[in-house]
Amino acid sequence: MSAITRDEVAHLARLSRLALGDDELDHLAAQLDQIISAVARVQEVAAEDIPPTSHALPLTNVYRADEVRPSLAPEQALAGAPAAEEQRFRVPRILGEEA
Amino acid sequence: MSELVTKGAAELGELIAGGDVSAVEVARAHLDRIARVDGQVNAFLHVDAETTLAQARAVDERRAAGEELGPLAGVPIAHKDVFTTADMPTTAGSKILEGWLPPYDATVTARLRKAGLVILGKTNMDEFAMGSSTENSAYGPTRNPWDTSRIPGGSSGGSSAAVASYQAPLSTGTDTGGSIRQPAAVTGIVGMKPTYGGASRYGMIAFASSLDTPGPFARNVLDAALLHEAFSGHDAMDSTSIDAAVPPVVEAARRGDVNGLRVGVVKEFHGEGYEPGVTARFDEAVEVLESLGAKVVEVSCPNFTYALPAYYLIAPSECSSNLARFDAMRYGLRVGDDGSRSAEEVMALTRAAGFGPEVKRRIMLGTYALSSGYYDAYYGKAQQVRTLIKRDFEAAFEQVDVLISPTTPTTAFTIGERADDPMAMYLADLCTIPTNLAGNAAISVPCGLSDGLPVGLQIMAPVLADDRVYRVGAAIERALEDRWGGPLLAQAPAL
Repeated sequence: MSAITRDEVAHLARLSRLALGDDELDHLAAQLDQIISAVARVQEVAAEDIPPTSHALPLTNVYRADEVRPSLAPEQALAGAPAAEEQRFRVPRILGEEA
Repeated sequence: MSELVTKGAAELGELIAGGDVSAVEVARAHLDRIARVDGQVNAFLHVDAETTLAQARAVDERRAAGEELGPLAGVPIAHKDVFTTADMPTTAGSKILEGWLPPYDATVTARLRKAGLVILGKTNMDEFAMGSSTENSAYGPTRNPWDTSRIPGGSSGGSSAAVASYQAPLSTGTDTGGSIRQPAAVTGIVGMKPTYGGASRYGMIAFASSLDTPGPFARNVLDAALLHEAFSGHDAMDSTSIDAAVPPVVEAARRGDVNGLRVGVVKEFHGEGYEPGVTARFDEAVEVLESLGAKVVEVSCPNFTYALPAYYLIAPSECSSNLARFDAMRYGLRVGDDGSRSAEEVMALTRAAGFGPEVKRRIMLGTYALSSGYYDAYYGKAQQVRTLIKRDFEAAFEQVDVLISPTTPTTAFTIGERADDPMAMYLADLCTIPTNLAGNAAISVPCGLSDGLPVGLQIMAPVLADDRVYRVGAAIERALEDRWGGPLLAQAPAL
């Protein structure tokens, strides 16, 4: 039995914002199936009472003083923009996508 | 080959400080070497001789003006193309960032500029540091100077190849699952992964933030320690940076003795599944350590066998989140913005065109592991394995001062051999991953050849005991070089 179906892979591509073609999806479905079957080994570890570790360091809530500091000028911030207009990032429409 | 390019960083630093040679002459010798051999190696993505020479001139002027400069002032360095540089493009090996000029320097870059190191260029890498061969670069593979039909390791393969082919005495890399130690091992040089948080990640393009660690490459242990010291230490711009003194790595590398030290051989990383030549060189290294007065015992770390699967859930999960920033809106590539498409469509088209196959695989895998319904069975379990691996290290370090293993199960494989078999590729990092999950320090030093290709010895120490791996590394380096009659790299075929 496969660990992941092609439909699930197509759904993951949508969630990941990757517009993949059919060939790419077919190829990835087979590879992801193989990888997921292999990494599922973590489930062999009897770990009911083991706390999770999300990070190597036991650091929490690192704050800095709330002080005004120099930052990038608008021209610097926009220098790498694919499109800019009136000191703003110009983006494709974000509203009315359902229409 | 100019004699200047065969010298190590410490020696070059002394020659420049003593006025025997200028930073400009040293930079020129390395630029000439790059022009002559990089066509065969493809270690560099970006070289700009004018910018490099201007930096070298500035160092010579600072010295002439009487400024007190550090031990590496005027020494050239190559930066992995994952560190932002305000005067050179930064691509992370990806098409999605082709031509991007960052608006700021990474902390590592900035600190090394201040210390007077001269940037030769930016080195090739697996796209977004995902890979073990540098074949995943959007700009073509880098080749191993020992045999140009083979991989130089990855993801920092441009940095390892540049140092191993005398194009640079030093380079920077990043290590998320072995991306410094594995390339160092397969090219016959020294590569070190510091304790997580020991050096700043600010300006280092993120792959898996809880694992990513910047670190040094060099041709000897002392040079690696000097570079480590020069860029390490607390940085307020990285909230996971440790606010503690940098471990005394340079002193340890100069001292280099193991008398009375307790050394543990990781039982799970020895024997079956390892190339015979790798095991033979490793066993010889163990004998050398014993002959130098170390007490060597076998130590079991039973959960290390689960490190690889746990890593391939944790790292892709973090990558799927980190790489969401490549949205075609603020910087980088934008595809399909013809006025008819929505932002979301443009985003999906851009990401499909701009990311390579391995990056797509990992984003999808991470999205899967984090999705509701699968989270507990995959990401949750992997985080519990991470706890068990930390505990294995803690228990082991109650018995021994350092742990050792081969750095990699095999020597450099041929280009293309594992390119379309992700699981075979992932095995290259089998021995290096536990250290990333636990956040402690580890180094790879050359320990001989197997069928004419370099083998690496991995030395692991507890969190913030980075000096210990340099101490052991320097001791074994001295003993082995006595035996070989010089550095291992001297046995590499000429390019």
